[in-house]
Amino acid sequence: MIKLKVNGIDHSFDGDPDMPLLWYVRDILGLTGTKFGCGIALCGACTVHKNGEAIRSCITVMSAAANSEIRTIEDLSANGLLALQETWMQVNVPQCGYCQSGQIMQAVSLLKNTPHPTDQQIDDAMAGNICRCGTYQRIRQAIKLAAEKTA
Amino acid sequence: MNRIENVSRRRFLKGVFGTGALILSVRYIPPLWAQGQSTDGQTDADRAILHPNLFVGIQQDGTVYIVAHRSEMGTVIRTSLPLVVADELDADWKRVKIDQAIGDKRYGDQNTDGSQSVRRFYNTMRECGAAARWMLIQAAAQQWNVPASECSTVLHAVVHNTTRKRAEYGELASAAARLTVPKKEQLQLKKPSEWRYIGKGVTSVDLQKLCTGQAVYGMDARVDGMVYASIEHPPVFGGKVKSLDDKEALKVAGVHQTIGIDPFKPPAAFQPLGGVAVIADNTWAAFQGRKKLKITWDNGPNQSYDSVEYKKELQETAHKPGKLIRGVGDSGKAFPTGNVFEADYYVPLLSHVPMEPMVALAGFKDGKVTAWAPTQNPQAVQAIVSSELGIPVQDVICHVTLLGGGFGRKSKPDYVAEAAVLSKKLGRPVKVVWTREDDVKFDYYNAVAAMYMKAAVDGKGKPTAWLQRSVFPPITSTFDVNAVYGDPGHLAQGWTDLPYDLPSIRIENGPAQAHVRIGWLRSVANIYHAFAIQCFTDELAHRANRDPMEYLLDLIGPPRTLDFTNVDYPNYGADYKTFPWETGRLRNVIEMVAGKSGWANKKSAKGHGFGFAAHRSFLTYVATVVEVEVTEDGEISIPRVDTALDAGIVVNPEAVRAQFEGAVVFGTSIVRTGEITAKNGVIQQSNFNDYPVARINEVPAQTNVYITESSAPPAGVGEPGVPPFVAAFCNAIFAATGKRVRDLPLSSNSLFA
Repeated sequence: MIKLKVNGIDHSFDGDPDMPLLWYVRDILGLTGTKFGCGIALCGACTVHKNGEAIRSCITVMSAAANSEIRTIEDLSANGLLALQETWMQVNVPQCGYCQSGQIMQAVSLLKNTPHPTDQQIDDAMAGNICRCGTYQRIRQAIKLAAEKTA
Repeated sequence: MNRIENVSRRRFLKGVFGTGALILSVRYIPPLWAQGQSTDGQTDADRAILHPNLFVGIQQDGTVYIVAHRSEMGTVIRTSLPLVVADELDADWKRVKIDQAIGDKRYGDQNTDGSQSVRRFYNTMRECGAAARWMLIQAAAQQWNVPASECSTVLHAVVHNTTRKRAEYGELASAAARLTVPKKEQLQLKKPSEWRYIGKGVTSVDLQKLCTGQAVYGMDARVDGMVYASIEHPPVFGGKVKSLDDKEALKVAGVHQTIGIDPFKPPAAFQPLGGVAVIADNTWAAFQGRKKLKITWDNGPNQSYDSVEYKKELQETAHKPGKLIRGVGDSGKAFPTGNVFEADYYVPLLSHVPMEPMVALAGFKDGKVTAWAPTQNPQAVQAIVSSELGIPVQDVICHVTLLGGGFGRKSKPDYVAEAAVLSKKLGRPVKVVWTREDDVKFDYYNAVAAMYMKAAVDGKGKPTAWLQRSVFPPITSTFDVNAVYGDPGHLAQGWTDLPYDLPSIRIENGPAQAHVRIGWLRSVANIYHAFAIQCFTDELAHRANRDPMEYLLDLIGPPRTLDFTNVDYPNYGADYKTFPWETGRLRNVIEMVAGKSGWANKKSAKGHGFGFAAHRSFLTYVATVVEVEVTEDGEISIPRVDTALDAGIVVNPEAVRAQFEGAVVFGTSIVRTGEITAKNGVIQQSNFNDYPVARINEVPAQTNVYITESSAPPAGVGEPGVPPFVAAFCNAIFAATGKRVRDLPLSSNSLFA
């Protein structure tokens, strides 16, 4: 039996311990904000936080998530939109939006560790998150604006 | 043609808008759809999710419902088209609710493809809004016993101009519903100066949901009792299962059973590819079970397909006389000798790879199918599910979810047909989930193309004779196994319509047999056509030691409307009188981008180059300047892109800017790494490791988009940004390195790799 916390709620799981966390949160818990994009940690659409750090849930198996605190996009705005989500809306980042949960989870993690990132630091942190619509210019802008807001 | 009718009293509306609501619909009566019954919203499934049947509805509480009948994949179309209705209605946007339409022929064309949603429906949407406003004014005038001519609208209300009496739309809805819908001649459309929203735009109605994980895509659709399916497709196009051993697969926890799917009967069109489906409790179990299948395949006739050999074949064909598509001037005479220059260009197969892989949920019950799908074309879903299952079209209900990207792939509903076929066999709802590997390997690829270019030039380097010949497996091959020549519609994408003013032009096309499914992908044939023409033109300019922009303007010649008399030129399906090909508009965007980018002062040097290209596609004129930097190690970066466009009237400028920003990123992927190859008929790429797309550190650092103020009818915006960028990027690379990019992508070009 694997125990873990997802968005502050205790859960236990007695299925395949090799099941990636992605499919657990999506298919079992019904938290569909976290997306499936590639299945092998190449696109970042599945990014969630494990104990506060951005991870790729598509390659994080349930046994590796045991006893951890998982946070998904659904919980991010539980107490109102984050400054980053507000700037994301302000500069109108999303097009199709499918990758944006992962982009935002990754960017939150970046700002937590590096509150005032340079362009290079943004590129380094975000290069694992693909946006096929090509919203990168606005992603960079939204991250910078959020960094300014929390100056 | 569209006509507007009042359908307020028709029975099927009650459930949606309530009694007394004012509802208008636009009935589209194209010959294709004139037969058969419409699905009119009477089923339980229909009522379960928002899907009103009509474009406009106004409730007594003042809520305005506007139907979005086109699919949302990031272009903001499900905001922008209803916004046009709201403008003519003088509706308060905050009180508008958008309803996503199901697939239904009564909406007319729903294939959200070809950059044509606004172009096709702009007038219709304006008329819908204006007709509703007219009826509200009439109702108020009757109520106040004054002439309607003395009344007008303010935001969401009618006022009497002299007494200042005022009635909210909601108060008038019931009375207005008893009136006859006005004739088109009675409608008074707003003057552009009166527009509230058109030209100003709003953000997506889904914006907050997109930023909080609340948006529902096809991947997120769920219904009670559903199972998950993952399908092992024949590795070679046209192959089929020879033998199956599923014993190990069935041992995987959560796996229920396997189901065979019949191979398609050629042509493939939108039929399932066939193979073996693994049915399971969840997506992961289905994937795991699938890995344990032991299948031997009969690979069929395409197993000899080798993309290296195929490239040679295409290029050989491109060097032989082909079919004449268009001839100008002395094109019938022998090509001049002397100062002749020729070059070959090549673009490989390209895959769409939208972030959301193919996925669909379908439930078959009591002879009817209800599907939830991220589809660009819900009516095509109805058609293919109907034919696969042998049920009437109106018994296929297709709900359209948000799309996690489309780029043309999701106009082809083979994956929805799979879910429907499996659901019928299982008797319960099935969600088919493709892996990324499935997506890359079983796409409808953008055609691989070889272009042969030849010009004889005069003393100033200007062509006196021009020959261009393209060879590519046509999209029509997906629907007709015998098709080998480009069809007029795709040849017209930047090939037939070469806008140059030269004494002799010969435009040809050669035959090519397809060995995979060929389909349309963002910008389609314009990608390889513009690449060849705009890069070849740049080469000629450099050979003549002339500025590429000045040179191109010289070749385009004076402002004029191109004459396509006796030429098969479909013009993107648009009326040529309404959307003529005007060289003056192309010249204007070139001059605009020259000014905005400071082209005159841009001096290329080793390691730092500026490239330029211009192209009309989807009725929109675009000119693009790209700046590149190349390090000693050959690493290429793009500090800046400037792109100017004339798309006629622009409804939502912010959305248009976003589309053009995205187009250069899409183009960056094409140039840097876009390549699908095949060996023994099997596609060699599988995921983002071997089919990479551009990441944040590889794309232009800054893209500036300049929109021409225009009163011309609205044209396309989703696709036209890609083709000129691809060519301009390659021209910039030449300016920085002296090396010509004639074979895409850079990653497999021996000059750059």
